[in-house]
Amino acid sequence: MDAKQKDKLATGILYAIAGIIVLLLASLLGYILIQGLPHVSWHFLTSPAKAFEAGGGIGIQLFNSVYLLVLSMLISVPIALGAGIYLAEYAKANWITDVVRTAIEILSSLPSVVVGLFGFLVFVLQFNFGFSILSGALALTMFNLPLLTRNVEDSLRQVSFAQREAGLALGLSRWETVIHVVIPESLPGIITGMILGAGRVFGEAAALIYTAGQSAPALNFSDWNPFDIASPLNPIRPAETLAVHIWKINSEGIQPDAAAVSAGASAVLILAVLLFNILARFLGNRLYRKMTAES
Amino acid sequence: MKKQVITSRDVHLFYGDFEALTGIDLAFNEHEITAMIGPSGCGKSTYLRILNRMNDLIPNVKITGDIELEGKNIYAPDTDVVQLRKQVGMVFQQPNPFPFSIYDNVVYGLRLAGIKDRAQLDEAAETSLKAAAIWDEVKDKLHESALSLSGGQQQRVCIARVLAVRPEVILMDEPTSALDPISSTQIENMLLELRSQYTIILVTHNMHQASRISDKTAFFLQGRVVEFDDTKKMFLNPKEKETEDYLNGRFG
Ligand SMILES: Nc1ncnc2c1ncn2[C@@H]1O[C@H](COP(=O)(O)OP(=O)(O)OP(=O)(O)O)[C@@H](O)[C@H]1O
Ligand SMILES: [Mg+2]
Repeated sequence: MDAKQKDKLATGILYAIAGIIVLLLASLLGYILIQGLPHVSWHFLTSPAKAFEAGGGIGIQLFNSVYLLVLSMLISVPIALGAGIYLAEYAKANWITDVVRTAIEILSSLPSVVVGLFGFLVFVLQFNFGFSILSGALALTMFNLPLLTRNVEDSLRQVSFAQREAGLALGLSRWETVIHVVIPESLPGIITGMILGAGRVFGEAAALIYTAGQSAPALNFSDWNPFDIASPLNPIRPAETLAVHIWKINSEGIQPDAAAVSAGASAVLILAVLLFNILARFLGNRLYRKMTAES
Repeated sequence: MKKQVITSRDVHLFYGDFEALTGIDLAFNEHEITAMIGPSGCGKSTYLRILNRMNDLIPNVKITGDIELEGKNIYAPDTDVVQLRKQVGMVFQQPNPFPFSIYDNVVYGLRLAGIKDRAQLDEAAETSLKAAAIWDEVKDKLHESALSLSGGQQQRVCIARVLAVRPEVILMDEPTSALDPISSTQIENMLLELRSQYTIILVTHNMHQASRISDKTAFFLQGRVVEFDDTKKMFLNPKEKETEDYLNGRFG
């Protein structure tokens, strides 16, 4: 076999592998969507779940998922930015930095069940937050923060040293160089990472079962005072999310239409995560174009 | 006699234990172009980067001696490094525009200095781009990405970016070595134009460039200055044997 034939063979194998992956993904997505979409209606998306009868929806779970997502991102994004900037721009190359970096690496590979159990022991029991949005948001932060931090650090490191030199040589201070040169250049990467992280958080169940809880008490959507117990914004109420709901229906659901609800909810979840991914690409590209040309 | 803008006396620089500069005495006259030549690794870039304190970014660097800008020691504890770098601008070997539009690149320093007035920024952009001899090529696409330009154009945009903040001294580290002969000549001609307003210190490997545009030349060898004189004198009639050998391409 000469080099040309070998090349052809290798290319063929790679194509086949890629094809199989695409096929797998497409059939998985297709299956979930085809099974689930017929059950999705406006009513399904907005009405509360029912425990014993058919015809329940996922309205509250959907809201809970979104609220938890927003809350946990509000906590983790600023911390991740701070930590990432520190690690990429300021941290000296010494053993303390190495320890921090290793810790982040280990944390980011921790199974989410473990994070959930930790959250249960610390936030739910020790801090007495109970099964609540707050406990859930903190657990999700634990789960998400290491990856976000790494993403920020990696994105900043992608910016070449020549760019930093250019900023400094223009008479910018170190901090100004970071803020006005390095961050704008790495923003598309940072945004993409954040949105992908949001997608992971949105679909997360294991970390939430013992922190945000498995019940979704009725909410009064006309009461936005976060201190009222029925208010959707109340951070101390238990809040079953969409992903937890799916897990629960499948493990102990006794509704007559459990299979249909589960299929519908899965389809909604997948669509949401898909949307996050597309959004990440779109926003990332757009921002990059915006930052690199007309601004 | 011309006014000396920068003077350095007995400057030593150590990278860890390695002494890269072994006692440099040089003085740069106002509104002249001084070329620094010498074989690779002799310390030209190292010396150049001392003059706007870019070596501060490298860990384990130790600098001794006396470097003064207009009579003030730039390594004094109370030096404002940010201010110093505004007075002493720098152009690098590789063009390094920010990945923003041409316009934004040029007015970047001004914007950060707090200038917001659009008319003032427009005017500064035009003046700087004209001075950098690239206005005609980019005036119709000021809002396109600077990265879409050729290397030579990018380098001139980088020069415009430095000119816009109106430094007194411009340091250039082999600014044309990544460019084709035509772009190089354009930049050389531009430097001759700029000489009436700026003090320019230029590192180059191109003997022809040094002899064509510089007023003075310093010949570096292994961390010291072998000879420093008027360019014409030095190229026609070098005092030192080492200089003569180098100029005739006999080593390095
Ligand atoms: N960051 C650094 N750490 C340690 N040594 C360095 C560093 N930078 C340069 N050197 C050493 O200092 C000496 C001078 O380097 P410098 O870059 O100033 O040379 P140069 O004259 O600019 O060479 P060239 O013409 O190739 O650019 C070289 O021996 C180089 O190896
Ligand atoms: Mg050099």
